[in-house]
Amino acid sequence: MKLSSKKFFASSIIISAILAGGVSFYASSSPDGLEKVAEDIGFIETAKDHTLDDSTLADYGVAGIDNERLSVGLSGLIGVAATGIVGYGLFMLIKRKPETKNR
Amino acid sequence: MHIPDGFIDIPTSTAFVAASALAVGGAVKGARNQLSDQSAPLAGLTAVFIFAVQMLNFPVAAGTSGHLIGAALAMVLVGPYAATLALTVVLIVQALLFADGGLTALGLSIFNMGVISVWISFFTFVLLKKLLPKTKTSTVAASFFAAFISVPAAALGFVFQYAIGATGTFSISAVLSAMVGTHILIGIGEGIITALTVSAVLASRSDLVYGWESKNTPLEIRS
Repeated sequence: MKLSSKKFFASSIIISAILAGGVSFYASSSPDGLEKVAEDIGFIETAKDHTLDDSTLADYGVAGIDNERLSVGLSGLIGVAATGIVGYGLFMLIKRKPETKNR
Repeated sequence: MHIPDGFIDIPTSTAFVAASALAVGGAVKGARNQLSDQSAPLAGLTAVFIFAVQMLNFPVAAGTSGHLIGAALAMVLVGPYAATLALTVVLIVQALLFADGGLTALGLSIFNMGVISVWISFFTFVLLKKLLPKTKTSTVAASFFAAFISVPAAALGFVFQYAIGATGTFSISAVLSAMVGTHILIGIGEGIITALTVSAVLASRSDLVYGWESKNTPLEIRS
């Protein structure tokens, strides 16, 4: 099943948006590996609050939106868009200019 | 494995900002030679996909979760240099926009997940590709193992940083065994997600996959 570039890129973006905007609500909320190890051993106490803890999107939620599903999903979509803009911009900037075509 | 501020002291954190900056600078140079009109957008897309899948924590053991790092996935899809850059973009967006991963710890996290994971998975992948027959199935299998190994490798990176600059006074060997043990489990999830994604891209657009093309192009006659 070979996809055209257009279809491949479009479906990849749609899949990413569904994962970040919808499926993320069902993600496990248990501490991740490092956090759990830090809790078990005890060095979790040395963690400082994040400098940007009070920012609008802190911890993958949109401040002011009480509906958890909406809040997480929207923050995920914003993250997908932000990563896309920064990533795409960076890689297009880094890539060599297209070589002049031989006539 | 996003490190919060405070775990590791400022001098060590600063040293790793410098180390990561050097590695990212090298990756920019490397990626410049590697990226084409087709692979540059794919690299951006890979960063987006990794961001999305990193939100999906899966349970690994009682009260513990893990999520994809994506270093091996990016390496297989777009090559090690662009993979380092993709991970760096994701980690910076997460730290700045979502308060995930401390700002002073950014150098530490980029080094573990964007440098160590990427290059360990690269060497594992290249070695396995040499040993295995040149088929899509072997590429998927090599991706699985490269991804699996990349997670405890990043965990070892943290243990190394902890050994140099921990602000706490807990035993390093306890941190070592707990970190490696937990992250071997998370590595299995990393391997599965990476293998599934790589096989999906191989099935739909194998020509875009760095880890497939680069080992076959020299002898391949394109029709």
